[in-house]
Formats: sequence, structure tokens, C-alpha cells
Amino acid sequence: MLKQVHFKSSALPYMLVAPQIIITLVFFMWPASQAIYQSLLIEDAFGGNTQFVWFDNFIELFDDDHYVKTFVRTLFYSAMVALLSLSVSLILAAMADRVIRGTGIYRTLLIWPYAVAPVIAGALWAFLFYPTTGIISTALTKIGYEWNHQLNGNQAMFLVIIAAAWKQISYNFLFFLAGMQAIPKSLIEAAAIDAASPAKRFWTIIFPLITPTTFFLLVVNIVYAFFETFGIIHVVTKGGPANATETLVYKVYKDGFIGLDLGGSSVQSVILMVLVIAMTVFQFKFIERKVEY
Amino acid sequence: MSHIQIKNIEKVYPNGYKAIHGISVDIEEGEFIVLVGPSGCGKSTLLRMVAGLETITSGEVSIAGRKVNDLEPSQRDIAMVFQNYALYPHMTVYKNMAYGLKNLKTPRDEIDRRVSEAAKLLELEELMQRKPKQLSGGQRQRVAMGRAIVRKPAAFLFDEPLSNLDAKLRVQMRLVIKNLQTRLGTTTLYVTHDQVEAMTMADRLIILKDGIAEQIGTPMTLYDKPQTRFVAGFIGSPAMNFIDVELTDNGSSIKLGKNKITLSEKLKHTANIVTMGFRPEHIKLDENGPIGLKVLLTENLGAESVIHAALAGTDSPITIRLNKRINAKNGDILKVSVEPKKLHFFDTQTNLRIN
Repeated sequence: MLKQVHFKSSALPYMLVAPQIIITLVFFMWPASQAIYQSLLIEDAFGGNTQFVWFDNFIELFDDDHYVKTFVRTLFYSAMVALLSLSVSLILAAMADRVIRGTGIYRTLLIWPYAVAPVIAGALWAFLFYPTTGIISTALTKIGYEWNHQLNGNQAMFLVIIAAAWKQISYNFLFFLAGMQAIPKSLIEAAAIDAASPAKRFWTIIFPLITPTTFFLLVVNIVYAFFETFGIIHVVTKGGPANATETLVYKVYKDGFIGLDLGGSSVQSVILMVLVIAMTVFQFKFIERKVEY
Repeated sequence: MSHIQIKNIEKVYPNGYKAIHGISVDIEEGEFIVLVGPSGCGKSTLLRMVAGLETITSGEVSIAGRKVNDLEPSQRDIAMVFQNYALYPHMTVYKNMAYGLKNLKTPRDEIDRRVSEAAKLLELEELMQRKPKQLSGGQRQRVAMGRAIVRKPAAFLFDEPLSNLDAKLRVQMRLVIKNLQTRLGTTTLYVTHDQVEAMTMADRLIILKDGIAEQIGTPMTLYDKPQTRFVAGFIGSPAMNFIDVELTDNGSSIKLGKNKITLSEKLKHTANIVTMGFRPEHIKLDENGPIGLKVLLTENLGAESVIHAALAGTDSPITIRLNKRINAKNGDILKVSVEPKKLHFFDTQTNLRIN
């Protein structure tokens, strides 16, 4: 029989986890509960007059054409960010996996962008593409392409997608590289003897074997594009021009803090909360067990 | 014209480490060659150089009359079985075996035919739709061999294929591989560190040590006439005993403690002290024998017994193997003798054979 291990109960373990629990309660649980509560209220802009309206805010939101458009736009935006960032990092990882000399330098350089804060990343790309003085926009003008993301919605969308994808490349790269290096070398050698060209080896052996990594990254990237690119959008376009780059999270901010429609903004937050919970459940259910090659 | 020709090949790594020192061997068509040696001796490196997975620093390798130094592994017409089998985990057994043929653009019905032929040969028919994860070690091993067979290559290369199996399965697979090779008649290079495997499977052995081929020959040649002390100690289990002895009577006998052993043939050598070797199984209990042994440990295996002892009056270890049971207590003194014809002599400096 195994004896159960007994620890003397003491306050120390509770004290050690207390900071994290307090942070979670104060900055996550309390605001979340407030959001749920406020989503059921209508308030005037000065907070003087509050009315409990049950689900009227939800009904109003789903009737709003503008919200549906933003939803579709956000889906497109996150799909593009995930696709672009995953494919570029996959290529980089495949190349870095084959590098023999100077691996440390390559990897360090490729991982750097991850250390850049979203706002700084956004500012960097905004500088490069600034319509009048940016290096890239100037170059584009020189070759006859007019760049002005402050007026052209498609260009603005393109720019935020690039900026957001660029920042996520490092993260994806790390996971892809680790995934590739976990593949036994003899498998690749066996494939080489089996007359598979390097490209064929990649698509028929390496790529299928890193599907669990790819799937994990896909979910992470979509969540990232949904929720963590606020800073980039805020710096580069402020959701404009004409709402062309307004995502769901950006709309929450705009409606709540600029429009001061706290009820409407809270409803959107609650929906996002449900979405992120769903994605997390999905990720745990499928990534932990389901994805097999 | 030999089938695989290895001419003076060397391997030097970029950091200057020399792994293979000029090895040459001609392998006949259909021969089963085993590369054997302790770990780090360069046996896998040599095999991988033939396979094209390591570059050849100098020298030449040709397979079926074609120089292959600068050819890709896929162009060398070889198939390899890896130590960890290297089965593609995401493919079924069938797809694993068909992968190489598919890459060579073999027609589909031809692939089907060859794969099912190999499956029948290796008794894998029931398992064709399984993934490697659902197979036992022995089954994986057979799939790896099936993958090699379907290619109908000019040569099979095996890199320690049995070392991941348990002892019983290993003996069984040894026979499977050997039978298969005899049946297909494909030239084979086989790497192992297990000398029993090497002795039982090989037509000829290459004994490697520190990147040098110590001796190349049939198992019996290596057992009867090892050319170096290393080969003598490596082949045979338990290993050969070695004692330094003094040559007397002009080389016609040796002095061992107080006793003399008359040799079957006169031994001419420049040095007076030589290393004498004799195998544990060539020692007989003999009441008038010239050698006294103090028993240290007896291992009774039923059919035979192995006695670890020390030469009386010294602490040089001697192992003897008798094909009967024996009741010997620790500290007992056994009198034994060795047939003079079964003695091996080596130079103490160069370790080369002198008789």
C-alpha cells in the first residue's frame, strides 16, 4: 500500500499563490463580471441615468449591419494574419533546419521580433509605409504605385495584416523549428534513400509529421489576431479609414471608450468572451488528444 | 569483378577527427559482409559512406561496377535498414513499403505486386493497413526489411538492425535476415557490435577498431587465426585469456611460472617476452596439468560452466569454460592444461600475431 503523503498545512503555499490569484481576480474576474452586468444595462454617456434592459442590447447588436460587417472583416483579417505568418515562418524554419553553420545567429535574429511590443511593431510598419515620408511608400510611388493607407481601405488592411503577421512569425518559427528538429534524422535519411527529393521529403515526411504543431499554431494565431493586435491597429490605422481595419476588439474600444455606449460595448465583450472560451475548449479537446498523424 | 568495391576510403570530419583510416575491401556478389567492432570504431560511418549519407573524404566506393562517390543515396541502388527502423509514422505499412517505388515512378500495379510479394515473404499480409505505432518491435523490423526488399537494390545495408529487440527475438530475426539474404542473393553489408550476431551471420567479417580494419576474413579464420590481439579478444565468448610469458629453449617452449609448456612448433621471435592467448573453451581439467588456477567465481549454466579464476600465485585473470558441471569452491586450486596447438602468440608491442 502506498502511504498518502501528508504536508503540514501552513499559510505559506497560499501566500505564494496569492499574488497570481489576486491579479486574476482584480484584473480578469471582476472586469469580466462587470462586463456581463453592464451588458444588461443602458447608461447615458455621463453615467447618471442607468436602466436595466435585460437582453435588449444583444438584440440591438445582432440587428446592426455594422457589427456583422465587422465580424466578417475580423474573420478575414485573422485568417490572413494566421496564413501569412504561418507560411512565412514555416519556410524560415525549414531553411533554418538545414543550416549547419551559424545556427545560433540565424535563430537569434529570427526570434528577435517576438521581443518587440505590439505598439512598437505597429509604429515601425507605420513609419515604413507613412504616405509622405515612409521609405517603402516612397519607393512604391517611384515605381508608379500610389500608396496611401490613410485613404485607401484595402491598403490599410494589407498593412495591419503584414504588421500583425510579422510580429507573430518569431513565435511560429520557434515552434516549427522545434517540431522539425524532433523528427528523427534517420527518417529523413530513409526518405533520401527512398529517392525523395528535398522538396518531396518536406511535403511527404516533414510536413505531415508536424501537423500537431501546425494545428496548435493555427489556433494560437487566430486567437492572437483576434485579441492581441489591438495595439498594432491602434497605432497604424486607428481602425480607419472608414472602419476598414476595425476588428471586433477595436470596435469594443471604440464604442465603449469613444462612443461611451457602455452597454453596447459590454455586449460585444461578452460575445468575445464566449468566443475565446469556445476556442480554448476546442484547443484543449483537439490538440491534447485528437491530432495525430 | 567484385560487386561492391571499397578502395582505400578515408573519412576526416571538418574538426580534423579521422574516423576511417584507409579501408579497402572487395565484396563479391551475394556475399554477406558484417562490419563489427566496439562502439565508436567507425563501423556505422563506413556503412553510411557506402550509403551516401556521409561524404567520402578520399578513396573510392563502387557498387555494381559504378563509382558512386558523388552520387546521391537514391542513385546508388542500395536500400538501408536503420537501427530505429526509421518507418514513416504517418503512413501505413503498405505506404511505408511503397514510398520508395512511388518516388521512382514505378507503375501502380508493379508496386502492388512487389509490395504484396515482400509482405508474403515476411508474413506481413495481415498488417498492411496498420500504422507503425500499432506494431511490435519485431513487426516493425520486418516492415523495415520489407521496405528494403521491394526496391530490389544491388545491395542491402543494415545498421545495427537488431539492437532494439529483446534477446529471444534477436536470435529469431537473425535467422530471418540470414535466410532472406540467402534466398534473394543480394549483396549485404551489415553493421553490428554483437560478435555472436557477426559470427553466425557473416560470410566474411570486417573487424574495425578506431577506424582501422584489423582483419577481414571468414568467421572461422578469425576464430582460428586472429591476426591481432584485438581480434583474438573480440571474437569468442567468453573472451580469450592473455598472459605474458617468456620464451625459452630457443623458442621451442615457454615458461609459465615454474612450469614449462612445450610448443607444437618452434616460435621464432626477436623479443623474449610474448603475449600468449588461449580460449576459455580450449582448457582441460588435467591433474598433471602445468597450470594451476585459483577459483574466484563459478557460473554453472547447466550444460556448461564458466569459471573465473586467477593464475595461481599471480592475479592475472583466467576464464575457463567446461562443458560439464563442476563443484568448485572459491579458493580451490584447479590443475589444467592447454593443447599447445591451440595457443596464440602476439608481440607485446605491436599486438600482431607471431605464430
